[in-house]
Amino acid sequence: MTLIHEPDLGTPARQSEVLVTVEVDGKMVMVPAGTSVMRAAALAGVGVPKLCATDNLEPFGSCRLCLVEIEGRRGTPASCTTPVEDHMRVTTQTPQLAGLRRGVMELYISDHPLDCLTCAANGDCELQDMAGAVGLREVRYGYEGANHLDALKDETNPYFTFDAAKCIVCSRCVRACEEVQGTFALTIAGRGFDSKVSAGGHSFVDSECVSCGACVQACPTATLTEKSIIDAGQPDHSVVTTCGYCGVGCSFKAEMKGNEVVRMMPFKDGKANHGHSCVKGRFAWGYATHRDRVLSPMIRSKITDPWREVSWDEAISYAASEFKRIQAKYGQDAVGGITSSRCTNEETFLVQKLVRAGFGNNNVDTCARVCHSPTGYGLKTTLGTSAGTQDFDSVEAADVIVVIGANPTDAHPVFASQMKRRLRAGAKLIVVDPRRIDLIKLPHVEADYHLPLRPSTNVAVINAMAHVVVTEDLVDHAYVQERCDPAAFARWAAFVAEERNSPEALEATTGVSAADLRGAARLYATGGNAAIYYGLGVTEHSQGSTMVMGIANLAMATGNIGRPGVGVNPLRGQNNVQGSCDMGSFPHEFSGYRHVSDEGVRTMFEDAWNVGLQSEPGLRIPNMFDAALDGTFKGLYIQGEDIVQSDPNTKHVTAGLGAMECIIVQDLFLTETASYAHVFLPGSSFLEKDGTFTNAERRISRVRKAVPPKAGLADWEITIALSKALGYDMAYSHPSEIMDEIARLTPTFAGVSYDRLEELGSIQWPCNEGAPNGTPIMHEAGFVRGQGLFMVTEYVPTEERTNDRFPLLLTTGRILSQYNVGAQTRRTANVVWHDEDRLEIHPWDAENRGINDGDLVTITSRIGETALRALISERMQPGVVYTTFHHPDSGANVVTTEFADWATDCPEYKVTAVQVNRTGQRSEWQLDYLALREATTQVAGSSTDTR
Amino acid sequence: MAHADTMVHKANQIALFFATFPHDEAVEGVANHLRMFWAPRMRREIISYVENGGAGLHELADEAVRRLVPVPDAH
Repeated sequence: MTLIHEPDLGTPARQSEVLVTVEVDGKMVMVPAGTSVMRAAALAGVGVPKLCATDNLEPFGSCRLCLVEIEGRRGTPASCTTPVEDHMRVTTQTPQLAGLRRGVMELYISDHPLDCLTCAANGDCELQDMAGAVGLREVRYGYEGANHLDALKDETNPYFTFDAAKCIVCSRCVRACEEVQGTFALTIAGRGFDSKVSAGGHSFVDSECVSCGACVQACPTATLTEKSIIDAGQPDHSVVTTCGYCGVGCSFKAEMKGNEVVRMMPFKDGKANHGHSCVKGRFAWGYATHRDRVLSPMIRSKITDPWREVSWDEAISYAASEFKRIQAKYGQDAVGGITSSRCTNEETFLVQKLVRAGFGNNNVDTCARVCHSPTGYGLKTTLGTSAGTQDFDSVEAADVIVVIGANPTDAHPVFASQMKRRLRAGAKLIVVDPRRIDLIKLPHVEADYHLPLRPSTNVAVINAMAHVVVTEDLVDHAYVQERCDPAAFARWAAFVAEERNSPEALEATTGVSAADLRGAARLYATGGNAAIYYGLGVTEHSQGSTMVMGIANLAMATGNIGRPGVGVNPLRGQNNVQGSCDMGSFPHEFSGYRHVSDEGVRTMFEDAWNVGLQSEPGLRIPNMFDAALDGTFKGLYIQGEDIVQSDPNTKHVTAGLGAMECIIVQDLFLTETASYAHVFLPGSSFLEKDGTFTNAERRISRVRKAVPPKAGLADWEITIALSKALGYDMAYSHPSEIMDEIARLTPTFAGVSYDRLEELGSIQWPCNEGAPNGTPIMHEAGFVRGQGLFMVTEYVPTEERTNDRFPLLLTTGRILSQYNVGAQTRRTANVVWHDEDRLEIHPWDAENRGINDGDLVTITSRIGETALRALISERMQPGVVYTTFHHPDSGANVVTTEFADWATDCPEYKVTAVQVNRTGQRSEWQLDYLALREATTQVAGSSTDTR
Repeated sequence: MAHADTMVHKANQIALFFATFPHDEAVEGVANHLRMFWAPRMRREIISYVENGGAGLHELADEAVRRLVPVPDAH
């Protein structure tokens, strides 16, 4: 393996149907009109010296190194800012150009530390490279003049340093912050010789910097350098893989020394991220080597016993014997499994196969149960397939962007940067959210409409928007007539046209101004290409599936599905939510969303797996807890999922787990769920195994093993071992063979293989005979189900109501620096930004309760109580409070209820009636939690803190 | 299912979604949902619940459950 160096062509690619021919140093090259001379030269194989230019930033023309001569033109224009013209003849090297470049370099080097041998960038410094390229041999100005060599170093960011003494003020960092990330945290302060990069006058950690790493990546010197590189030195080889965090699925180069990762660099050829990253993927990978990793299998008879470290053989053998015992005693259906969206497609496929073929039942479910299961139900019902309709790049063709119940700048930051770029270029923005999320007002971005609805009234809002579209005749009748079921459309149109669904009639219910709602609906319907992006603020409601169908209805009615720039786009939370659902993780369906009762499909699986399979749906996760409390469900295999922290009504979850006789947890750490486990199988991080993840745009990308599994086995190998011990042998020597089986059994994956993934980089399913290179945009020629199906979406108020005792509505969400239950990010320096979950509360609600910022407050719902510190914030609307759930001792899910989506049981996390009061102490649950945690995480004969 | 009220609540939620459909379509919609997504054990419980009066069940849910055929668990 070698270090992958991606070529830098100096300036971005241009799109044009007009091609022009240019001659560079006698070499002919044909490029799209608008291409820079620098890029054309690079494409012709001619490197022009440069410092301020890089191909993910617009040309700037400040460093004056890239000067060239062009036949027929006066002077020496900068090649980065000069567009090509047909038949242009360019010369990149003459004695005059060489002299000019050396002169420029002399000026730079006269004010630069001469510490190359001890510099962290030694071997990866463009300034050093350019000194060599221009043949710098002396600095005629000397080093004694005014300089910046004593400039202070800013080391406040946990992941990178800013050494101003090494800055050449090329502005690449500032431009990267603006153009790539869209945060505008950096600027050039001062003028002339006093010019310097500034994080808005603050230290980096106190500034608006979001630590995405774009500036560090852009820096051509050692001014901005990763601390990991300062510590370890330059990497010597790299492996291209896919991020293990959110559903954007960024491609990264894991840059290594030996078996140690020293840097994660976003991969420019990654189709989801185009070389960009966020603080989690770029920097927060230290959890993979954190001292809390459990590296030995462990077993115990009771959860109050200390864990006993054992061999893999003993752990697997014990787990299998327990499951056999349970099934012999309580029946074949008394056990089940849970797959994880943090694991690969191949691993989730194996777990569901183990459950169906090895356990002999369909009691398999996945964490998508608690996030995007309504997406699957709603989109399959209306459009015919359980997935988003677009690729991320589609947003670049959107004229109107609607964000509903999503906070992309925090939860999907890399896609948010792409979205913000489109908004800065002029696309309109509608935000439907109870909170004032950041996207509503950012530098050069301002929402045209913010509809601050009351939590739980999504369906009323979408019906009111549909009412406007239908009653104001904004329907795309030709589209509907050509593509949709006419009877269903007529029924739906009549329903939404009823006066009770008008914005005015629903204003008191939703809290949304009727005028704003009408304006937003008109903009969506008439503003050109309109794209809806939504998140868990849509799905995690008692009408989550209804709302997804409502969104699809609106998109179909306005002709906004089936081409670039439009669509219905669920923003998936975890890295492989889409994939885990695709792989047959739900109890009612095989891979590719085919119901277990479909005899033809089931027979195909039975033949392939050489075993009889059940034709009835198995238990969903909440049903498993209920059955456990009934005494009929006794064993659970949980791969990479922390249901105790992530699922609603913690007390009910733990009561269910406590009623089981054998719980097998396979994970990196002793999670909250592991406190209730009898067998712990140490899992592998995404850096330690081969496989694939499927992101929110249905893009299947390779996960490649960069280092060996720290505990000895990759997760897929553990499942195989458990299955074999249970008597069902699965013979795979590599995950590619699992993918081959998935492809044989799943029509939408028929054309997917590791060879094809190597060839294409990534593939968006469906990939089969009809679409051999995959499908970026779905439903282009017509809907997958045939005719698009409009569904009537009656608004049914949730039963979770406020009253005098519980007058506030609690809603939950995420923050940029932490990820989901925090098991990974809490074990990184990201805690600098978020070391505890806090309760956001509007100043009015706080004042009414005598609450000051930072006060400890109780949050009490009908089912539980916890305590958090208050954060007074005008982001909230009065009557609504908000918290995150990244820290286990916060107990956010101690207060959330078991109300859930009617179709899928996705919990109603977003709506809990609560009261908030000042307090002086943690809640009873929190105190009990700490004691239980202490008691259930002991390891016999070990002083290691595994918590 | 541990608690009858939870079961009734879930079934009624399903019924409320289909309540805007024509009657037969609505009943079949609820019944089909139960067949497709509820495990046999849960369906047996709600069948039994209806046989014992079905207190609190939405009329569509009640009627839909009467269309279900109990399926035994595998042993």
